Amino acid sequence: MIEVEALTVRFAGITPVDDVSIVFPSGTCGLIGPNGAGKTTFFNVLSGFVKPAAGSIRGFGEDLLKMADYRRARWGLRRTFQQEQAIEQLSVFDNVAMIHEHSHARRSSRRADVLSAIEFVGLEIHPKAKVRGLGAHERRLVEVARAVVGNPKLVLLDEPAAGLPEEETGKLGEVIRRIPEQFGALVILVDHDMSLVSACCETTAVLDFGKLIASGSTRDVLRDENVMRAYLGTEEVEEV
Amino acid sequence: MSVARASSDQSATGRGAALRIDHRAAVRGAVIVAFLAILLAVLPTFLGPDWITTLTSVAIYSVVALGFGLLYGRVGMISLGQIALLSIGVWAGLRFGYGTSLGFPLLLLISGAITCVIGVLVGLPALRLSGLFLALITLMFAGATTIVLAAIDFPNGGGGFTGRTNGVDVSGSVRMRRPSWAEGDTAYYRYTLIVCAIMFLLALLHVAGKSGRAWAAIRASEPAALAAGVNITLYKLWAFALASFMTGVAGCLMAGQIGVPRVSQFQTQDSLTLAATAMIGGIFSLWGAVVAGVFNQLLPFLLQSGQLWGWTIDVNILLIVFGVGLLQVLLTAPGGIVQQFPKDMANLGRLIARQVRKLSGHRKEPA
Repeated sequence: MIEVEALTVRFAGITPVDDVSIVFPSGTCGLIGPNGAGKTTFFNVLSGFVKPAAGSIRGFGEDLLKMADYRRARWGLRRTFQQEQAIEQLSVFDNVAMIHEHSHARRSSRRADVLSAIEFVGLEIHPKAKVRGLGAHERRLVEVARAVVGNPKLVLLDEPAAGLPEEETGKLGEVIRRIPEQFGALVILVDHDMSLVSACCETTAVLDFGKLIASGSTRDVLRDENVMRAYLGTEEVEEV
Repeated sequence: MSVARASSDQSATGRGAALRIDHRAAVRGAVIVAFLAILLAVLPTFLGPDWITTLTSVAIYSVVALGFGLLYGRVGMISLGQIALLSIGVWAGLRFGYGTSLGFPLLLLISGAITCVIGVLVGLPALRLSGLFLALITLMFAGATTIVLAAIDFPNGGGGFTGRTNGVDVSGSVRMRRPSWAEGDTAYYRYTLIVCAIMFLLALLHVAGKSGRAWAAIRASEPAALAAGVNITLYKLWAFALASFMTGVAGCLMAGQIGVPRVSQFQTQDSLTLAATAMIGGIFSLWGAVVAGVFNQLLPFLLQSGQLWGWTIDVNILLIVFGVGLLQVLLTAPGGIVQQFPKDMANLGRLIARQVRKLSGHRKEPA
């Protein structure tokens, strides 16, 4: 469970995250909002790249903000980025093993863990194949394998399906949906693709201009009037 | 069910391919062993003393280029002070060689350790700077080292910190010692080769292991590496430590090879030439460092000695050649010669095959 309380982030003059309090209980939670809503900034706070001006984040009972950025991975935080970050020079196996090496997971089980993560995402290529030669879909799967290896507690997926055609997005959604039961991790999914979010997430929170405007079960949230307005744009948005 | 089937298929193909890759690794290992055997046993039997001296230098400079390649090719940190670090290794080797009666392997380790400490200090700015700024800082370090070296000169057997004495005739009588069983040039060549091979092995172990993967992550994207839990500070400094250690060991070997080194042999611009040759050779492969060593030491020897054509050519022409080569690498062949040459050869082979097919096709048509 991730408990966020009164989280505020300020960059000179703007407030990308504004007094947000929210609880991500378990399973796969969606985090949506129009461009510039503060979703990625929120992820950056969780990763430790951005220091918040105020507020607290407790992850499974621990104060996340007190932890050094590179230690959060060891604690169990995984994340992907909007731009795909699988390492081209390394093989699929090494890409995943690299994450395992910096986690709490035991060294003796590394090979088995890495191979089972690759198998979990359904990559049908040889683990020793270099990432350089892979297509967009396969690279995204490598990223997901990287995100689930080594006993993760919290998996942050930042637009994991960006640039993928519909069919492949659907397949990726199936993989994402199975992460919580398979690895016991809480998944937070940021995406613009509403079909992916509604397929994967039981609960969803919506940010708009740094403020939390709705949260709850995904079905209810997507029908919420404020959310429709934020996405489709009406007077209220235009005023700001 | 389909997932289960897919995964079992995958593991089946996985085993087959794994075998193939092991086979390939075995071939690669055999090639390296054969390469070393030729260098160690065959070449010394028919090469003259000047060739042996040159090949010793090639091996030493390969290790220096390897250090540069590790930093730039693996971690993405450009260091233009590698020859300065080499001169520090030479200095440390001489100082402890004259000042103590320690065995030569210990001298190698001490030179490596001292250079390692200085290299890490130079690497500290790399934690904050990258690209051009890091290049400038390291180049300024190289300049500063040249100036300090010009002032204190290499030790020649005297006392005090600098180890200099003016009372001794330095022309020959107080050469830096060599290992007792490798006094001769050929024996020392073999000794150098083995030590350099160990340095390459050290690099290989790092590149193929946890550090290599962490370096690759840092090179690809520092934020992503940080999110993956890589301690960037530690791994960057570790890369500087490893590269400097190897360069320091190479420096001590060089002290033993030259005997009485001169300051003029270690100029600031030599670091630039080294960087150029390392990139021409190929910074993503350990073989690239060997090619760089050849370019740096063997080519000047060939031009100067007239071994190949019977006349000598001004060595400075190489600077132009290296410049053109570097341009070529930056524009079209980022992997350097070791990656480009096989590709070019494959293309040439295909071209020839196509021409042959065309010719034979033409011949058939009239008939």
